[in-house]
Amino acid sequence: MAIVELVRDDAATAPDAGRPIRFRTVERDDALAIGGAAVAASALAWLLFTRLTAAGVNLGMFVVGYLLFLLLVWGIGREQYDAVRARDLVARAVFWSVGLLLIVPMVAITAYTVAKGVAALTPNFFLEDQSRVGPLSPPSVGGASQAIVGTLEQVGLATLISVPLGVLVAVFLNEVGGRLARPVRMIVDAMSAIPSIVAGLFIFAAFILALGGQLSGFAAALALSVLMLPTVTRTTEVVLRLVPGGLREAGLALGATEWSTTRHVVIPTARSGIVTAVILGVARVIGETAPLLLTTLGATAMNANPFSGKQSALPLYVYRLFQLPQEVAIQRAWTGALVLLLLVLVLFVTARIIGGRGAGHISRFRRARLAREGLA
Amino acid sequence: MQPIDPTIALEGFGPGVEDRVRPVTRRSGADRWFRGVVTAAGAFTLLLMGLIGLFLLVRSMDALRAAGPSFLTTATWEPDGGAFGIAAVLLGTALIAVVALAMAVPIAIAGSIFITDYAPSRMRTPLIWLVDLLAAVPSLIYGLWGRAYLQPKIIPISDWLSAHLGFIPFLDADRAAGFAASTFVASVVVALMVLPICTAVMREVFSQAPAGEKEGALALGGTRWGVIRTVVIPFGRGGMVGASMLGLGRALGETIAITLIISPTFDLGRLTRILETGGNSIALLIALRFSESSSFGISALMAAGLTLFVITLLVNAAASVVVARSRSGAATEI
Repeated sequence: MAIVELVRDDAATAPDAGRPIRFRTVERDDALAIGGAAVAASALAWLLFTRLTAAGVNLGMFVVGYLLFLLLVWGIGREQYDAVRARDLVARAVFWSVGLLLIVPMVAITAYTVAKGVAALTPNFFLEDQSRVGPLSPPSVGGASQAIVGTLEQVGLATLISVPLGVLVAVFLNEVGGRLARPVRMIVDAMSAIPSIVAGLFIFAAFILALGGQLSGFAAALALSVLMLPTVTRTTEVVLRLVPGGLREAGLALGATEWSTTRHVVIPTARSGIVTAVILGVARVIGETAPLLLTTLGATAMNANPFSGKQSALPLYVYRLFQLPQEVAIQRAWTGALVLLLLVLVLFVTARIIGGRGAGHISRFRRARLAREGLA
Repeated sequence: MQPIDPTIALEGFGPGVEDRVRPVTRRSGADRWFRGVVTAAGAFTLLLMGLIGLFLLVRSMDALRAAGPSFLTTATWEPDGGAFGIAAVLLGTALIAVVALAMAVPIAIAGSIFITDYAPSRMRTPLIWLVDLLAAVPSLIYGLWGRAYLQPKIIPISDWLSAHLGFIPFLDADRAAGFAASTFVASVVVALMVLPICTAVMREVFSQAPAGEKEGALALGGTRWGVIRTVVIPFGRGGMVGASMLGLGRALGETIAITLIISPTFDLGRLTRILETGGNSIALLIALRFSESSSFGISALMAAGLTLFVITLLVNAAASVVVARSRSGAATEI
């Protein structure tokens, strides 16, 4: 009885009596306290460093400002509630500031690359190659067409090699399994950690030194597929795991073989996920530079044949030009970097949109085709 | 219609059939092919991994035989002059990775807890996207951005640190040598690159903290911070260690961003003054020296690559074991 009285007394004085604590919500009082402390602390720090002393805006100001901010938050908590709630409020302020900090690098990288690269992003960048470009030619002369063609061919070939293999391995892991599945899964995990330069060294040792292949776009594609394989396999395996077991059992119960159940039920159900896996794999390797340094050295003239002779690639183009002393060359490098970044962004967003659909989602295009075939 | 094979039907009802998913014992020809091909693909990945190690080993034998044990202790890299070893580059690699992790791990822990337990639902998905996107940005672009944008901003910080905290080992610096192109600058960039990997794995671990125990802690009068301190963090400890080691594996193998930022040095004194200009790493050595090496020089670089390969494999294997041992087995899925 006394306890009930005690709780009731306590509850009557607490400012948020009876409200349950929920995760992942923002209470108005807390938001006001933290926001107010942030404004007050930044004003105080600014006053301290630029008006009261002559230190000027420097790192110290931000450090002192942040400590002031935490102190103020703690003070407010102490004043309004008690020590426990004050610590809770400080923790909330810290986690929110780190959370907002996570946004900064991506925004900064994108904004800086766009700002640096957009000026020279003209049609000739895509249409002309680098062979007639002198050290001081303006950005309106020449471009990176040889590098773009090289990258498309190398990544295309790498996709042709690693996607069928990756999907087969994923099917093995998820549909067949057996004693071999555990070591294979472990190795695929380990493979995703291979440094990209080691993949380049391996292809140099195996394809060029041992088999007598030449430095070419194809050698680069082989190195890229070593890097792409684990991404495709792991993503596909996750998607295959999402296919409901009932669908497989229905197929088998109808008398279908395992092969035709996989071919006609499992793979079509997971189609969008497999597309996501392919796109993520492409995004993983499209900006890889290190293995290309060892397998295709780059070229300034167009070489559309990936099987013979050195070939350029967009990452190599950027890497080489960025290290030249001329302002114009660095400008070109930034434009190349911008194109790469845009490609990665587009691939990533596409993968997320496709991957966001549930298994078995039928696109409008496919529904039309099914309707033509009289199936839906 | 094909008659049903009575043996299949009978075997299907044999003892213990309830716990078998597919009660098919005699497979058709198509299925035997299917299983064969798919299993071969699985076996091929094992073979491929073996081949990577084997080819690197075979190609590096020349250099390893010539250098002997001094390969591990020599700090210079003059394969054609006879003196070469990985002491300096290995030290540089470790320094970059450790400093990067020291910066990335606390942010990753707080960031992933923010995503799982603080961010309102509307903020959650965009944040997860953003972190994954950060992982997808090519390391080349990190390198460009790090050198052109970040480095000028870091130099005053390095200056301040060496002036005020120079008494701490590693943080002393010779001001005359300058602060650009240092291990520290490279570490900041590498920290940004491993941050999304660590955050993604930790988020997965923290999101599996048992809801019952969280509610229990709340019911006992705990605050949000109390719940995180007593339930979420202890629960995710193994995953936090595993995620950090996965990040370590990535940091050790990072190549092109470091190549663009650091100016290489083989002077051990300089290497250990992380704020000062000059650093080194195995991957950087391979990237810079490869095209101008003799065939013996390439063999020496293969030996360096083999070392890197073995180290990253060990770190990664240890990480998988740690993550798998922590209570949330699914945490290895990035």
